[in-house]
Amino acid sequence: MNNHPNETAAVAASAPASGTALHIADVVKRYGEREVLKQISLDIAPGEFVAIVGRSGCGKSTLLRLIAALESYQSGVLHYDGDASDSRHDTRIMFQDSRLLPWKRVLDNVALGLPRDAKDNAQRVLGEVGLADRGREWPTRLSGGQRQRVALARALVHKPRLLLLDEPLGALDALTRIEMHTLIERLWREHGFTALLVTHDVGEAIALADRVVLIDEGRITLDLRIDLPRPRARGSAAFAALEERVLAEVLKQHGGVPAANPQQPGEEPGDHSLRRTVDQVRWAV
Amino acid sequence: MSQVSPKNRFSNRALPWLVPITLLVVWQLAANLGWLSVRVLPAPYNIAKAAWALAASGELWTHLVVSSRRALTGFAIGGGAGLLLGLATGSFRKIETLLDTTLQMLRNIPPLALIPLIILWFGIDETAKVFLVSIGVFFPVYLNTFHGIRSVDPALIEMAKSYGLSGWSLYRDVILPGALANILVGVRFALGFMWVLLIVAETISATEGIGYMTMNAREFLLTDIVLVGILLYALLGKLADVAARALERAWLRWHPNYQPGA
Ligand SMILES: Nc1ncnc2c1ncn2[C@@H]1O[C@H](COP(=O)(O)OP(=O)(O)O)[C@@H](O)[C@H]1O
Ligand SMILES: [Mg+2]
Repeated sequence: MNNHPNETAAVAASAPASGTALHIADVVKRYGEREVLKQISLDIAPGEFVAIVGRSGCGKSTLLRLIAALESYQSGVLHYDGDASDSRHDTRIMFQDSRLLPWKRVLDNVALGLPRDAKDNAQRVLGEVGLADRGREWPTRLSGGQRQRVALARALVHKPRLLLLDEPLGALDALTRIEMHTLIERLWREHGFTALLVTHDVGEAIALADRVVLIDEGRITLDLRIDLPRPRARGSAAFAALEERVLAEVLKQHGGVPAANPQQPGEEPGDHSLRRTVDQVRWAV
Repeated sequence: MSQVSPKNRFSNRALPWLVPITLLVVWQLAANLGWLSVRVLPAPYNIAKAAWALAASGELWTHLVVSSRRALTGFAIGGGAGLLLGLATGSFRKIETLLDTTLQMLRNIPPLALIPLIILWFGIDETAKVFLVSIGVFFPVYLNTFHGIRSVDPALIEMAKSYGLSGWSLYRDVILPGALANILVGVRFALGFMWVLLIVAETISATEGIGYMTMNAREFLLTDIVLVGILLYALLGKLADVAARALERAWLRWHPNYQPGA
């Protein structure tokens, strides 16, 4: 996979103005008796890149599926640019399994849901993810990383203003993941959408996100701003310190020590944690 | 790319034919040496001669056309109904609730058990034969279509919906292609069953068709023609199977199992 994309100029011209502003307040989601999300509140600025981390089963996917309107919720508020529904259908979701239609060729998968005359558009976006010459292929013939890039192209071709990524790289090998990080970061910068990435890889979260949000047992227990300059070098001490900090929080016993940064209602999210983080980083270095 | 040597490819092609050809030779020799009575089993050469004579007189083609028409008419009616009902019960819970129990009960009746009833209803003319074939092919197509629709990956349906597909476009792009492999399994099964039912129907009573030809020959103790009829049925069955496989290859090109080199 060394056919890396290089069509930045073409993209910048067609990039949408900005991303969706997301406002989530006191959202509660129950499956039967089980309360999976307990009063989640989260504000995401337009164009922001937020990573959600947490143990398996803590409700990350559920939160993403609520935002994608694939799931209903019991109470709370979910606003897209101040609207109660994503009325312009500007949200696209990408899953861990690429969910490509095996009976459609790669290009037709990218063009799914587009009008018939949008093939050129699909072809262009396929080029953006570095697969311009694979459009005629069947998806089963692609590698896992290539399939995820097709899925990414399929999402991007709709010019989403909010892109939801549910562990999209979870099944990929380490090298492919790093390639995908570069690709996702570049596309995010060029397109300007708001990105919400669920991942179980703390390093991935810190490499990509403006903010890392930790969910534990259906609550947000950490909301950490990552102010490292991009592109981020994983080797740096600041990076390692942040990674350490998030991991320590993830590994903290449930019910024991109170969570470091339970978000207060009305409080500007992120600010508080920012100051703490900087202190800690300084201390760590 | 793995390269198969021409010699290897030849032996791969030829090998499956080794046993049938040996059997044929042994059979012919046995007949020539007088070990087999012509009444019991005529020699392959005689059978070929009989087939040639029938073909030359045009009789063979008349029977072939009549039998094929019956089979295909029955298949079109029964298979078409099975497909439509399978799509309906697979896609709509209401229709499933309404019809599926009934169909599951009817499915337990072997089509051949219906023959006396069919004769009572339709006599012994064309309708009876076509009806028997239709009933027989209906269930394999129906059951596999229903199952195919139900086993379409819900994750794909969810994805398609979130990409704005609904109604007919969801059906055309996701549900039908997802069910197609199963539907074709039903079609292949039905095509095989189609000939079995037709043989039975034509053997019971007919004034034309391959079944008539063989039963008629039996009365005159023309064992060679009886064998021509049997071989003809075998050939038609094989043809139906080849057709079904061709459909699978054409429509399931995307499927790893049906891709060349797989
Ligand atoms: N459709 C469902 N019905 C019942 N329980 C569910 C459903 N989906 C998820 N859950 C439960 O909700 C919890 C959170 O799931 P999920 O959001 O998928 O976790 P993760 O953080 O690993 O993505 C899990 O305990 C899971 O069992
Ligand atoms: Mg999950």
